[in-house]
Amino acid sequence: MTAPALRVTGLQKRFGGVLAVDDVSLDLAEGELHAVIGPNGAGKTTLIHLLSGALKPGAGTIVLDGRDITGFAMHRRVRLGVARSYQITSLFPNFTVRENLALALQGAGRPDDRDRALAELEAVGLGARADQLAGALAHGERRQLELGLALATGARILLLDEPMAGLGPEEAARILSLLEALKRRRTILLVEHDMEAVFRLADRISTLVYGRVIASGAPDEIRRHPEVRRAYLGEEGPA
Amino acid sequence: MPLSLIAEQLLNGLQLGLMLFLLAAGLTLVFGIMDMINLAHGSLYMIGAYIAAAVIEASGSFLLGIASAIAGTALVGAALEMTLLRRLYRRSHLSQVLATFAVILIANEIVRMIWGSQPILLSMPPALSGPAELLGFRYPAYRLVVIGVGLAMALFLWLLVTRTRAGMWVRAGASDREMAEVMGVDTRTLFTLVFAIGAALAAVAGALLGPLLAVQVGMGENILILAFVVISIGGIGSIRGALVGSLLVGLLDTAGRAFLPFLFRAMFPSMIAAEAGPAVASVLIYVLMAAVLYFRPSGLFPARG
Amino acid sequence: MRDTLHIPLRPWPMLGVVAALALLPLAALALGQPFYVVFATRVLIYALIATSLNLLIGYGGMVSFGHAAFVGAGAYTVALLMPAGIVSAWLLWPASLIAGAFFAFLIGAPSLRTRGVSFIMITLAFAQMAYYLVLSLRALGSDDGLTLSTRPSLGFVDLNRDAAFYYVALAILLGALAAGRVLLNAPLGRALQGIRDNETRMEAIGFATYRLKLLVFVIAGAAAGLGGGLLASLNGLVGPNLLHWTESGLLMIMVILGGAGRLLGGALGAAVLLSAEEAIAEHTIHWPLGIGVVLLAVVLFAPDGLIGGLSGLARRWRANP
Repeated sequence: MTAPALRVTGLQKRFGGVLAVDDVSLDLAEGELHAVIGPNGAGKTTLIHLLSGALKPGAGTIVLDGRDITGFAMHRRVRLGVARSYQITSLFPNFTVRENLALALQGAGRPDDRDRALAELEAVGLGARADQLAGALAHGERRQLELGLALATGARILLLDEPMAGLGPEEAARILSLLEALKRRRTILLVEHDMEAVFRLADRISTLVYGRVIASGAPDEIRRHPEVRRAYLGEEGPA
Repeated sequence: MPLSLIAEQLLNGLQLGLMLFLLAAGLTLVFGIMDMINLAHGSLYMIGAYIAAAVIEASGSFLLGIASAIAGTALVGAALEMTLLRRLYRRSHLSQVLATFAVILIANEIVRMIWGSQPILLSMPPALSGPAELLGFRYPAYRLVVIGVGLAMALFLWLLVTRTRAGMWVRAGASDREMAEVMGVDTRTLFTLVFAIGAALAAVAGALLGPLLAVQVGMGENILILAFVVISIGGIGSIRGALVGSLLVGLLDTAGRAFLPFLFRAMFPSMIAAEAGPAVASVLIYVLMAAVLYFRPSGLFPARG
Repeated sequence: MRDTLHIPLRPWPMLGVVAALALLPLAALALGQPFYVVFATRVLIYALIATSLNLLIGYGGMVSFGHAAFVGAGAYTVALLMPAGIVSAWLLWPASLIAGAFFAFLIGAPSLRTRGVSFIMITLAFAQMAYYLVLSLRALGSDDGLTLSTRPSLGFVDLNRDAAFYYVALAILLGALAAGRVLLNAPLGRALQGIRDNETRMEAIGFATYRLKLLVFVIAGAAAGLGGGLLASLNGLVGPNLLHWTESGLLMIMVILGGAGRLLGGALGAAVLLSAEEAIAEHTIHWPLGIGVVLLAVVLFAPDGLIGGLSGLARRWRANP
């Protein structure tokens, strides 16, 4: 069995009295799309913060290709090929869309020529918006750019935090097809609430509840898993 | 080195620390809750001292002086918040710095126009101008009273913030303003209130320190920067941090100025010691600040998680 | 292709301004007002210093409240080296630049670990620390400061002649502005503005933001140090007041007055503020009151400063001639 691209072991994060992430372990195989689901407040975004380097864990390790990156700064992880997108859109509103992507290219140390930036634009479906200020985009387009920034870094491991958050059906479908196109070409950890998307895209699913992984496996297993059903049926109506 | 000298300096440090706390407490809440940097706080301290001096001069009563200073400065603080500062909450930090800097310029000139540039007299109450007997050594009675008042106010503030509803709102606001608003806290009135209380505390510090330091245009800025050091060390938005920071700064600064030259002279050849001692003493608290920030960039007790 | 970040070069207006500035000393001398040559030189030097602060505040989003410390570092470097026998400006001015860079590194390294309100307070505190240090050291003249008996020597130009100093200062300012434009149009400049607009995202796309901010902080400190060295050379006098936090405040006023984030904002702000100060100070000792009121008005009603306001007007005029 080949070593996983990313191996997370025993990750823990405490905020005051609250254990937001509690002994979380999971693996990301090369080319896998691994979804992380769970009710609100389960610690999914905190997990991404920990994996991307925005937060330091209280305990546990993160190993990338056999290398311990637990203490590495965020920008260093990006250079090593781990990039994230944000649940709450975080762009450069006063720059044009093309300039936004050019920055991502620059940051990752990739050559920042015009053609490449335009190619990144096209890849996320924003070709027509190249010269528009990012702040003037519609919500759906902002989410596209949000994803585009993470992609433009060229990172082979993407940590995506609810890329479809707050999108209408048409816009969500666009992101969904984007993600489908990305499958296999990149390794993706996907945090999402949209269950249709999750079950369509995921190779494996881990379920996080109150910071703990209560179930992890193939989509069919998870669909039938009693604890997962309890977690969801307890929170919302029948799935 | 006589024990009484050490004790005296420690008490002086405690006194400075407690007065710094009065200033820092108001400031740290404003920084934490409103995310606003306010340079004009020093001007409130100055106004408190000047009002106290004027009223004491006119009436002869120290208590009346302090009471007037508190009332007057709280009014000025509230008025300032409602007319100007309220508009700055959502502005950039640069705008906040410059607008409150403008307030300092204007306040200093107005005070200068009324009272002139020279320091004015804020007389100590005659009953307290002598020494008091404390555990076998003598210490100025007035300073002892200042310490007492400082401790009382610290206790009062602690109770206010941790035991009352309003205090809870303030703490909630310090850690998450939007959440507090969603929970129904009337943040507009709360902010004006926080400001007025901060102004009142600054006035108390100004009036009490007046007899000990110079009451002069520009007195506010010197102590304001000390308060900034305190807040940087203690953590923005934290009253507990403000108290710990104030005591650290007050004690370190006072003890440093008193003992460091002595220490240097004992250890090094006299030429260097004469210069280096006071010079190092004057920067000790900034070194402390740098050291704390190196390990904890958010201070010792940051209010936000 | 649209480029919001590129600073364009407008040759004709630029030549016009430079020509006007070049003629200024001749005009002043012709009108029998030689004092204004020295005054204008001071304005040029402060234009340099304010531009360096604008790099930090306007382009970098780093509201540094301790910039005067670096000015002081450069000034005192010149004031200490000259009596020690070093009189060549070719040595003194680079030395003041290095001094500014060095102290910017010392102060920037810890300060830049913080952001927002903390950063402002901490830079202010460190600068005040520098002020007290300078004040307490007799070797630096304490309260009285240090005086210089002559201006540095530049070799082929006699800096003791005011007009000559003016032209040298003008050349330095123009060189600095050109260098600033190159820096801001380059990848570093874009990264800097990205950090200003969204530092967290910049880290998340791979930028080592702390290192970049520190680099720019040191560059700005170096330029401020050079300005300080020029001031010392011009006035023949340095004092601890150069490092007082109110000096830092005045520099910030210049930046916002002219227009933060505009290449010429610092320079324009310096010219306007110093001229206004000169004009008002003759009539009343309470001129800080006037400055305060104007500052308040600018912050509340014209936060983009003069350049922002003017370009806004120009845009509206172009839309509705």
